Amino acid sequence: MDFPENLRYTKTHEWIAVQGTKAKVGVTEYAQKEISDVVFVELPKMGQVVQQAKMAAVVESVKAAFDIYAPVSGKITNANKALESNPALINQSPYAEGWIFELELSSPAELGTLMTAAQYHEAVQQAPKH
Amino acid sequence: MLISLDDRLSFEKSKPGRRAVSLPKGRFSDGDSLRSIPKGLLRQTSIGFPELSEPDIVRHFINLSRKNFSVDTHFYPLGSCTMKYNPKVNEWAARQEKFTALHPLQSDATVQGMLQILWELEEGLKEISGMDRFTLQPAAGAHGELTGMMLVRAYHAAHGGPTRTKVLVPDSSHGTNPASAALFGYHVVEIKSNSHGCVDLEDLKQHLDEHVACLMLTNPNTLGLFEKNILEITKLVHQHGGLLYYDGANLNPLLGIARPGDMGFDIIHINLHKTFSTPHGGGGPGAGPVGVKKHLIPFLPGPLVEQTKKGYAWASHSSQSIGRVKLFHGNVGVMIRAYAYLKTLGKEGLRKVSEAAILNANYMKEMLKDTFRVATQGPCMHEFVLSLKSFAAQGVHAGDVGKRLLDFGFHAPTVHFPLVVPEALMIEPTETEARETLDLFIEAMKEIAREIVTDPEKVKTAPHTLPVRRPNDVLAARKPILSYRDQVREKVLLAEAAA
Repeated sequence: MDFPENLRYTKTHEWIAVQGTKAKVGVTEYAQKEISDVVFVELPKMGQVVQQAKMAAVVESVKAAFDIYAPVSGKITNANKALESNPALINQSPYAEGWIFELELSSPAELGTLMTAAQYHEAVQQAPKH
Repeated sequence: MLISLDDRLSFEKSKPGRRAVSLPKGRFSDGDSLRSIPKGLLRQTSIGFPELSEPDIVRHFINLSRKNFSVDTHFYPLGSCTMKYNPKVNEWAARQEKFTALHPLQSDATVQGMLQILWELEEGLKEISGMDRFTLQPAAGAHGELTGMMLVRAYHAAHGGPTRTKVLVPDSSHGTNPASAALFGYHVVEIKSNSHGCVDLEDLKQHLDEHVACLMLTNPNTLGLFEKNILEITKLVHQHGGLLYYDGANLNPLLGIARPGDMGFDIIHINLHKTFSTPHGGGGPGAGPVGVKKHLIPFLPGPLVEQTKKGYAWASHSSQSIGRVKLFHGNVGVMIRAYAYLKTLGKEGLRKVSEAAILNANYMKEMLKDTFRVATQGPCMHEFVLSLKSFAAQGVHAGDVGKRLLDFGFHAPTVHFPLVVPEALMIEPTETEARETLDLFIEAMKEIAREIVTDPEKVKTAPHTLPVRRPNDVLAARKPILSYRDQVREKVLLAEAAA
């Protein structure tokens, strides 16, 4: 499974790509496989303030609805509107076209609590297989 | 093509000018009768209904109904749904003109018999559950849960104290429990199950504090096990000032044996369309009466039926009431059916219902335990859960087995629930099934287990005998076709794309 080196990861299977004071967030390859075919995405609102490890979006598949947590705290500056008409982008391209939202970091120090690709890879290996 | 296999929509069978009824010429289409209606109120375009003859319509719907799986046609072991047979005498009772011709706004004096039935039904539910009063208004189980959450908030608001924002639910709970609590604005906290599938007391203790409003529980739980620690659980929650809500979805094995009221529950809902044999599914409609202990009676929705010296009467609700939760008095036709069921069985009969439900489930579990892995140990109550995880190597999922059972003429059990068991298949036979039926089902399950090993593709591609096989549920969720108009639009788009 592909976990790009330039991203940071959460235990709850989100990735974050930091660029200066802003960052893009999505779910990992592992998560999209577990969720299976995504049929609906509830995006956060522009300007919404989110806190680290608190719910920021919802991804629904035929199986169930999954909360997507903010990897770090911040203010929502953009959301991927393309997911509204084509939620399958999360399955097809979890790290690029399937990004979910973008935020302005309010506590960059929180990035230190996240996992590297290698650490996340390790964590996923230990996760119980369904 | 056989008419009975023609699965076109009635719109597609339509022929211009075809009618089921002939109206006198000129009297309704363009005659005098329309002249008195202002022009602006007259429909200018065709109503767009399909045009069919009476035999066309009758065959259309009768043939559709013959494709149905129902308790009248099939064994229906859908776990946690209690799909028991619905006695026809209940239908006869509810369809008596003396009931169907009533109006909910009639004066009490003219509906004494109806009020007596509602009163006596409530008395029966009180005795069975050990609660002190019921509202019969809620229209379904989840509606009962929402009503329950409103009662919880009203109770805590009236008693002051700390702000209570949390509702606890076990991780094996019915999805409606957390959904009802969340809908009403509560913060839902999940309590872990222990290795026996019951509430983990240590985990419960860690989440108990002055912010807990309520713990919602089914008992027996979703794995078909009786919560042995129930008295300790209710005591712990009460010590922290929280209330206990009993989801009556699994009441079927407790009739005349154990009562939620005695276990310490403060609020309960009962699904009349499960335990009390009223129609379930297809819109029912259902009924989810909510019962409470004395301390919560003032908050109940009203009006409630009271017995007075002059007879029965609707009494308006107290000033602390949460108000109405349904128009008029709820689904009264359903209550008549449940009342007929209570009266037909009586106390002894009701206890036998539960005993037979437990016996049937345990019989099936024992007969299947060497072929499939049972998710729990020891005897179960009215239902049990199998795990198909051991068939992972063949790539067969619980849902595939459910589909294959349709070929054998059985409705599928509940699949992939509860979520705490991987590849779960949840089986609830109910008490209304004869041993011969159970044996046929057991044989079918064993046959499917053999197929999984010898011919897994056959199971993975089932059903093979039904007009609709594997609907694409992903496509259905992404691009739902909800009406004939949607279908026409879809066909046009497809044609355009092809051109």
